[in-house]
Amino acid sequence: MSEPAISVQGLTKTYDEIEAVRGIDFEVARGETFGFLGPNGAGKSTTISMLCTLARPTGGSARVAGMDVVSERDSVRRNIGLVFQDTTLDNYLSAEQNLHLHAELYGMPREAIAPRMQTVLEMLQLWERRESLVGTFSGGMKRRLEIARGLLHSPRVLFLDEPTIGFDPQTRSSIWSYITKLEDEQDVTIFLTTHYMDEAEYCDRIAIIDRGRIVALDTPEALKASVGKDRVRITTDDDEAAIAALGERFGIEAQVAEGEVTFGVESGEQFVPRLFSELGLSIRSVSVARPSLDDVFMSYTGSTIRDAEAGSTDMMRNMARMMSR
Amino acid sequence: MATTVAPHTPQLARPHVPARSVRSELRAIRAVWRRELIRFSRDRLRILTSLIQPFLFLFVLGTGLSSLVSSSTHGVNFRTFIYPGVLCMAVMFTAMFSAASIVWDREFGFLREMMVAPVRRSSIVLGKCAGGATVAAFQGVIVMAIGPLVGVHYTLGLALEVFALQLLLAFSITAFGMMAAARVTQMQSFMALMQMAIMPMFFLSGAMFPVNNLPTWLAVLNRLDPLTYAVDPMRRAVFAHLNISPLVRHALAPGVTWWGWHVPGLLEAAMVAIIGLVMLAIAIAEFSAVE
Repeated sequence: MSEPAISVQGLTKTYDEIEAVRGIDFEVARGETFGFLGPNGAGKSTTISMLCTLARPTGGSARVAGMDVVSERDSVRRNIGLVFQDTTLDNYLSAEQNLHLHAELYGMPREAIAPRMQTVLEMLQLWERRESLVGTFSGGMKRRLEIARGLLHSPRVLFLDEPTIGFDPQTRSSIWSYITKLEDEQDVTIFLTTHYMDEAEYCDRIAIIDRGRIVALDTPEALKASVGKDRVRITTDDDEAAIAALGERFGIEAQVAEGEVTFGVESGEQFVPRLFSELGLSIRSVSVARPSLDDVFMSYTGSTIRDAEAGSTDMMRNMARMMSR
Repeated sequence: MATTVAPHTPQLARPHVPARSVRSELRAIRAVWRRELIRFSRDRLRILTSLIQPFLFLFVLGTGLSSLVSSSTHGVNFRTFIYPGVLCMAVMFTAMFSAASIVWDREFGFLREMMVAPVRRSSIVLGKCAGGATVAAFQGVIVMAIGPLVGVHYTLGLALEVFALQLLLAFSITAFGMMAAARVTQMQSFMALMQMAIMPMFFLSGAMFPVNNLPTWLAVLNRLDPLTYAVDPMRRAVFAHLNISPLVRHALAPGVTWWGWHVPGLLEAAMVAIIGLVMLAIAIAEFSAVE
């Protein structure tokens, strides 16, 4: 089948005058792992909700697994697996009972349930714990069980909305090892959202979304190459003066990000000695780095992802969620 | 030379989820219903605590008041008199807690798993209601079992009649709870609302007193209370099987009248069923309207 797993044209969503998504277009090929990267409030969750048929688009169209998300809503639902940000398991049922309920709700053929359940539970390494109550699981195990459940009915597209939010780094990388494994073993397209830059590296392609628009879309490597320059960060006593001086003496446009004056130059290591001798201001610290996705994000949106989030009210919600975990 | 066998690569079968049909909806209803039963059977504490209230009413209040009211009960034990009301009460409170579980489901996210499934919302609501009703009726069976302690000995006919009425009442109360849960999303508010609705309904229903010779204001409120039409057939069924004179039976289980007309038990049961169905329809409409 040559049809893309997801194809989106001019998709918009407006909530009471607020334009959450302002006309986005993209395609995701079959078998691809596609990441939506952006700060909270950028429109990631709204987009995923529309693709999962949980929210009606205000304008434009989207097709998932070859079906329209509005007119063929049920067919889309049967062919997608969902893992939400917040857990949606029944803690009072065993892992197996949770999966069984899911299989029944999705009308899976009876004879297919048991073998498929074993496959997904073994893949996520939960087979030994299948009879345990979900309430006794750790956060990471619950997330794995949700991924297993999302795969149970053999969806064509698996949606993961912030699959690792609120977890410690170790659990995050463990969850990622399962996601990358599933990419190899299952014939499934993965669409995920994240605001962790390091996780975007795992994706085949990423789209950077900012204030409801896609500002860049390519492979992580290509995006990093497009920035090209090394990133130099300095701290000074007077950032305003430093930015002015950089512009005046070197013709460099610098910005303040996370309390540091940040700018890009062709070869950072050779530039630093010149900087010290010619800037004419005292510099307290300096760091030079090869371009990362953070820099890609910065060059396309003009701020770091953390700065972009600091002003967002979603931040509070995430904090509350992390604390309740 | 040994032949090497190519490593077996499991063929990835894709068991397509079939299109929606009546059968798939029935499976969904059954799955949601079963979940309620599994959860109830796990929750021993809930089974126990929900029995405390009926016992308090029956044995503490019933015994305490029996000396006071013995002159007017024509030799029938007061505990026996309130027993049908207590049967209704046990079912009511359990059904209310069952309905509350959908508020928990929403709070803990599980409702979302059900709402995104490729099935009709009505199947989810129906399954929930059927589950709540079954659990509450089961609770009622435990209260039925203590009947002999208060002088009510069941025949098969009476047991079936009482059980059917309990099932009906449990269904209607669960439907009422589901209807409320569609709008009220906070557990505290939901419980407060249910208490506010259930307690007056219980007291007005005549579970604790005969419904004839009431002051007009109370008689009017009593006739307006839907629960009246569950308690009354329950009491009439139980009293029909007691070995007492018709005079006493008439005094203690007079039956509900509308302007002097005796409402038949079957009509009363039908009213409970219709009210339950209307509330179920509203609950389905409300849950279907959510994105």
